Amino acid sequence: MTSALDITQAVNPPRAAFLDYPLGHTTGKPCEPALQRDILLQALAAFNSLTTPGCVKRLPFRWSEDDAWKETAQRGPDDRRPRYDTPQYQNEEDRRLAMANESTCRSCTHADRSPVMERTPITATPQSPLR
Amino acid sequence: MSQAVAYMARIREKYTQLGYPAYHWVVNTDPPPWQPLRNPLAECRLGLIASGGIYVAGQVAFHYKDDVSYRIIPKDVKTADLRATHFAYDLTDARQDPNVVFPIDTLRQLEHEGVIGALADHAYTFMGGIYSARRVREELAPQLTNCLLAEKVEVLLLVPV
Repeated sequence: MTSALDITQAVNPPRAAFLDYPLGHTTGKPCEPALQRDILLQALAAFNSLTTPGCVKRLPFRWSEDDAWKETAQRGPDDRRPRYDTPQYQNEEDRRLAMANESTCRSCTHADRSPVMERTPITATPQSPLR
Repeated sequence: MSQAVAYMARIREKYTQLGYPAYHWVVNTDPPPWQPLRNPLAECRLGLIASGGIYVAGQVAFHYKDDVSYRIIPKDVKTADLRATHFAYDLTDARQDPNVVFPIDTLRQLEHEGVIGALADHAYTFMGGIYSARRVREELAPQLTNCLLAEKVEVLLLVPV
């Protein structure tokens, strides 16, 4: 699935379903399970209906009547967060839980901590922390 | 339906304004690989991979600097235990309802209804915004592929942000 049609077309996957929503909503609007179900049903139907490699199915949903969000998407001030190289928890309680678990957690897989690969130190670049 | 946002052009413009060098988009010109469905969806085991930075409370969160790690999320995870972290998109809605970038409740419902044969035992998540396409290709993607093959996934839903 995708909400960025041009980026997905450049990547050129075998099949795709395009939902024309703002980024951060690839599979629907929050707390609208019926809409989310409808979107996913139509996306999954593409597994059968798309028969040409590289086709994108456009899903028939619209974020808002006026599409005003499209004017500001990726325009204006840079609102990305600095690219810290330490875990960025949603809340402090998560950090505490994860630190208590860290030695035993088997569901966090870090390629760069694998014993067969030397871990290269990641250094922050203070000049351009967002890149 | 109005025209889709031209993200590549807008981001190129933004980078120029910020004085950054141009971003190198992944552009694949070869025809994509193709495999028709062997069985109806209602008989298939479906896997889920999402790049919106979803983790479970208790797991280590993603960091924002070319993090090529991934998290293994059991299919029966409590939705309330899911978290979202990412440097590049507005997390408000994903934190309110992770299903907007990680449709776990929706897929559990569709499994229950028999629309899909089965949902694989685990979903896999990572945080996009990885600037090294090479590290995705050589480190992250092969590991995820092995996970999916081990779980005998037949169709895969990719949910990027």
